[in-house]
Amino acid sequence: MQTSINREFLKGLWDEHPILRLLIGMCPTLAVTTAAVNGLGMGLSVIFVLVCSSVIISLIRNFIPNQVRIPCFIMIIATFTTIIDMVLAAYFPALHEVLGLFIPLIVVNCIILGRAEAFACKNPPARAFIDALGMGLGVTWGLTFIGAIREIMGMGTVFGLQIVPETATSWIIFLLPPGAFFTLGIVVGAMNHINHVMERRRQQTVRSAAAGQAVQG
Amino acid sequence: MTSLALIFVGAVLVNNFVLVRFLGICPFLGVSKQLDTALGMGMATTFVMVLSGAATWLVENYILIPYGLPFLQTLSYILIIASLVQVVEMFLQKTSPGLYRALGIFLPLITTNCAVLGLALMATQQSYSLVETIVFALGTGGGFTLALAAMAGIREQMEFADIPKALQGAGISLITAGLMSLAFMGFSGLISM
Repeated sequence: MQTSINREFLKGLWDEHPILRLLIGMCPTLAVTTAAVNGLGMGLSVIFVLVCSSVIISLIRNFIPNQVRIPCFIMIIATFTTIIDMVLAAYFPALHEVLGLFIPLIVVNCIILGRAEAFACKNPPARAFIDALGMGLGVTWGLTFIGAIREIMGMGTVFGLQIVPETATSWIIFLLPPGAFFTLGIVVGAMNHINHVMERRRQQTVRSAAAGQAVQG
Repeated sequence: MTSLALIFVGAVLVNNFVLVRFLGICPFLGVSKQLDTALGMGMATTFVMVLSGAATWLVENYILIPYGLPFLQTLSYILIIASLVQVVEMFLQKTSPGLYRALGIFLPLITTNCAVLGLALMATQQSYSLVETIVFALGTGGGFTLALAAMAGIREQMEFADIPKALQGAGISLITAGLMSLAFMGFSGLISM
């Protein structure tokens, strides 16, 4: 049981990473990652909506008629999206300004509806919470990572700290729309490559272990 | 009249929803493997965009604003879009089976297409009139179809290309989209809004 809970949590961070492996929720990923801090802000907003709506959906999963489940999910998600929209507008106006349209658009983020449909409506609240938290943290690190790459390449800073000497040329293209596509494409490719290499290593270990046993036998 | 033309051209080329504003990326990557399906998806989306643009405009100006309920915007817009898609689907199924066969499979996907909701929210933000909203929706849909069809054309050719294993599939599609986006940046000085 313990291992399966760990697995529910960890799958969102790597194996089933929503952005980099499943390739869902791409619009905000591309649009808001002009700086690491924006990616982090968006990620935290997604965690809030994802965790709250997953737990609520899981709690009332036995009362929702199957035919109208999707509209019900969307209503719940829209409620929490409106809440985070108002909270950000009230307390973090600068971040709200940058994320702009993409805050209300959390409603149609496939990650959240996807977890509701695939997991929260079939599992008890505690498991839904763990699953949502893992997926949300996966989204957050993905967005922050892509934001950091674009910020370093485009402005030479991370979270506003200068790390590349100011004399170096910064590539503005990384802050513009094409840079978003390039960065995400390369990060997705790198992640695939790491997985290929790990897969090959694992097969090698299995094979050499089998060979070792054969020799001993 | 000129302003309507500007809104249209601006939405198709200068602020292309997919390549410049990053709305509707999921269908852009998911349904762009073949030219036929890309065109079908583009047309279905344009259709829903025009209808939902007009419907949300009416609701915003005759219900939400007079009764002081702008905080229900997100909630009511998504409801309108979801129910509209359902109605369109049933209507097409009954009245024109041919069109339904062509567009039917795409319709449920459109509910969660952020370009449709994004369009409604953006038209409200810009406080467009009803006619302007409809023209904006037509332009946006046109731009979406254009990007989708161009991408499908490229991907059909790419089937035969020798691509590094790690970049196959999504990786190379995203990089291609980046190059297309770069090309669309050439339009950015075309008109000033």
